[in-house]
Amino acid sequence: MSEPPAADAGTSTSAFAYGVRIALTSVFAFVIVFTYIGFGAMAHDYGFSVGWAMLSTALQWAGPAQVILVTGLGPGTVLIETAVAVALSSVRLLPIVVALLPVVKREDSRPWQLVVPAHFMAVSVWVEAMRHAPALPRAHRIPFCNGVGLTLVGLGVAATAAGYYMQAVLPALFGAAAMFITPISFLCSTARNARQILEKAALALGLVIGPLLAFTQVAFDLLWTGIIGGTIAYLVHRYARKRSPAA
Amino acid sequence: MSFAMEPFLALILIGFLPSEVWRWLGIVVGRGLDEESEIILWVRGVATALIAAVVARIVVLPPGALASIPLEVRIGALGIGFLAFLLIRRSAFAGVLAGEAALVLGALAFGV
Amino acid sequence: MTDTAIARPPRSSAQAFRDGLRAALTSILFYVLLGNYSGIGALCYEFGFSPIWAVLCTLLIWAAPAQVILISTLGTATLLEVAIAVSLSSVRLLPMVAALLPMLQREDTRQRDLVLPMHLTAISVWVEGMRLLPGVPKEERAAYYNGLGCGLLFAATFASAAGFYLAASLPPLLAAALLFLTPMSFLMTVCRNTRTLMDGLALGLGLVLGPLIAAQKIGLDLLWTGLIAGSAAYAVHRLRQAKASAP
Repeated sequence: MSEPPAADAGTSTSAFAYGVRIALTSVFAFVIVFTYIGFGAMAHDYGFSVGWAMLSTALQWAGPAQVILVTGLGPGTVLIETAVAVALSSVRLLPIVVALLPVVKREDSRPWQLVVPAHFMAVSVWVEAMRHAPALPRAHRIPFCNGVGLTLVGLGVAATAAGYYMQAVLPALFGAAAMFITPISFLCSTARNARQILEKAALALGLVIGPLLAFTQVAFDLLWTGIIGGTIAYLVHRYARKRSPAA
Repeated sequence: MSFAMEPFLALILIGFLPSEVWRWLGIVVGRGLDEESEIILWVRGVATALIAAVVARIVVLPPGALASIPLEVRIGALGIGFLAFLLIRRSAFAGVLAGEAALVLGALAFGV
Repeated sequence: MTDTAIARPPRSSAQAFRDGLRAALTSILFYVLLGNYSGIGALCYEFGFSPIWAVLCTLLIWAAPAQVILISTLGTATLLEVAIAVSLSSVRLLPMVAALLPMLQREDTRQRDLVLPMHLTAISVWVEGMRLLPGVPKEERAAYYNGLGCGLLFAATFASAAGFYLAASLPPLLAAALLFLTPMSFLMTVCRNTRTLMDGLALGLGLVLGPLIAAQKIGLDLLWTGLIAGSAAYAVHRLRQAKASAP
């Protein structure tokens, strides 16, 4: 990739500031604030402290993983299942990181320098970075990504705290609405990202099989739902692909 | 010796998986990630089904404030929100708004 | 390492596999594994597992430290701690597999053809493989490596079963000696791999702190020992580096 003229020539600090500005004016700032208010509310009603909720946002920075953790740490849950489910739900981060790092790093980037940008990797950061990073000189791309990531995480953490405290003081109806943000937004965003048969089938199957298995009180119902639903969806996908290779 | 988990299940979940994952990552590192490989596809299917199951779990077995709303209203609101998403240019924003509106209105109408 | 030209007719996959098998049977590591895994089989017996479990454990995990951790802590530690310790002990498998791939794969290698070599990779197999593969034509290497790995894995599996039954039937003194094989051989291996002060310090601190922390009866004592001893050794290493580079 040849070096294009600098969109914002200057030091690393100005690249970082540019990242902050891009983050604040992106649609994701709004989305993150909104959804993390919902997460904060949820953390409150599942009995966690506000500090825990904020730390979860800062350290995990992955909505599904955080929700699985929150719903999976109470009495009657098996820690191993929660751990495996959290790990599986974040598998989607691997391709994002693999795709983004070559765009962002320099030839002499040492692995430890990539840890922080890698941590910030989430769909939002990825989209913004893929849009703007190629226009920047390579030396500035990591500070830029850090600017974007830090701003969005900061907004997320603040929104988590805000949602948490709102949940504590607002009447039950608002609290229910705030908690509802998470499931409905997950459903819609997962559905929107489901472009292949595989993901559509997996989504539908998970919605149906999940409650069924939960009611049978079998151990590891979450993982079993994932495995059963995922496998059936995978088979459906392969069958559909054989029928029409263009699918 | 009593075990907290059935021994063979523990062998797979606690012995095999945590150890083997490094071998899998070795393939990824040595070969790059093949996004369309069968294993990755299957894992994506499992991960998606998992997230859907979590959505269902929150709606069907909710704690706290959401529990005070009748089950039919919760499921109905989820359905209405999803329908709005499908109808309005697959907009997640529209889906969330519609779902929330349906939840609040349903709760007010059917008692909270 | 360049491919050494072999002036002989190309061999089929089955023949290459048998070549690898023969290399395994004539390697000294074959006997080392027999001894090592007898100890592990005995460990399984002492901790109350079934013989089938012992054999499956070797077949599926094929990593002695991970197996020993699993066998000896599954009944007493929390599942999460065991999983983390098992995982940490197997980290070394990642660079091994990654280093092996360039020797094995060609442009037309399918990912599923790498699954067997990947799973068969353990220290013994990998060491022998890295030593012997350069002398094998590239088309035959995958089959050769599979033969090598299967041969050594067979030795270990056989020894696991044999060790199990030996421990069950030998008089206590001999059974104890058999059990002692495992910690002794681990210690020897780690000592032999100790090349720097940091390695030696970590080893020594681990030996001393391990029993001390275990006696405190706190959870996660294994991980705490690793964390404390390893970090202390690392800190000493960094201090020495800083002093050495200071004018």
